[in-house]
Amino acid sequence: MPRMTNPAPTQEIADRLEREIPGSVAERTDQHIAVKPEALLAVASVLKNTPELDFDYLNWATAVDYSSHFMIVYNVVSLKNNLSLILKARCDNRQDPVVPSLTGLWKGANLQEREIFDLMGIRFENHPNMKRVFLWDGFTGHPLRKDFALK
Amino acid sequence: MGIEGIQKIGPITVSDPDKAEGAEIELMRRTCTEPISDPDRWTEEDLRRNLLVTSLDTVINWSRRASIFPLNFGLACCAFEMIATAASRFDISRFGMEIFRPSPRQADLMIVSGTLTWKMAPALRRIYQQMAEPKWVIAMGSCAISGGLFHNSYSVVPGVNLIVPVDVYVPGCPPRPESLLSGVQALYQKIKRQSIAKNDKPGPDTRDS
Repeated sequence: MPRMTNPAPTQEIADRLEREIPGSVAERTDQHIAVKPEALLAVASVLKNTPELDFDYLNWATAVDYSSHFMIVYNVVSLKNNLSLILKARCDNRQDPVVPSLTGLWKGANLQEREIFDLMGIRFENHPNMKRVFLWDGFTGHPLRKDFALK
Repeated sequence: MGIEGIQKIGPITVSDPDKAEGAEIELMRRTCTEPISDPDRWTEEDLRRNLLVTSLDTVINWSRRASIFPLNFGLACCAFEMIATAASRFDISRFGMEIFRPSPRQADLMIVSGTLTWKMAPALRRIYQQMAEPKWVIAMGSCAISGGLFHNSYSVVPGVNLIVPVDVYVPGCPPRPESLLSGVQALYQKIKRQSIAKNDKPGPDTRDS
């Protein structure tokens, strides 16, 4: 019985990304591809707009706080090829973490990126509406960060 | 008459609705730090009651408690226990309160069933203020009583009695329908002792907004 969505061949895709945008891939395993944040937008654009890859759907986006750095994680899906790919972008700057927004490519990134901004404090450049979504305006801090102090 | 802790959330003149909401919540977080006292002063001083009014009280209190209109207000998982209480198995209509009103204007009992977040707090107070007198509040479950599991959280109000005065606390996580029915019975006992002869009304006079 076929699985609902198959894992994408990350090594092949990473090779292809390296060919198209040299120096974009920071790390690759059989499970995911990590790219440099400055290359994220170009990589995402290649993933979406190359006909053979055709990752047309952003399933979810989230972020992980590793204390030393943040990792923004995207799950993109190709509905035509029935493939699912985990794409990561590492962000080392804890003071002012900024990554490019992917709302221009996938509209569904809008809310997910606002949530990440709200709870993790990662700013998404060129996001159309970069403000808090769950917490209220005037809340200080970003509560899902590891260094957020509970009272 | 006003009750301690209930203050008018003053006119906030900010054009951005998100900013206005944030300012209102921040104001509540600053001002709502002390629990509002249980509005049970009218249950004291039985001896000072007028005999003539007492029999009238009996009738009024009987009619009030025999047909309470609860507000359809669920915040979290406790709401499902409240729904179960209202449904056929536990059947809250045995106590004359089968109709859960969808509008606060038509209800006189608010069952706060679940976790109250700071973002929801202004709405809760507004709904409470929209209810007509006489009105009662049941805090259902540990989250509503004290914040429960989340009392140290950044987003949860540690007890709805910081926001509105509470008549009856029903503990549990969530309380079983039997517990809620027991809380309703406790509220009946409270209403029984109410008197129209006093200015000291059961609910706080919060019709300022």
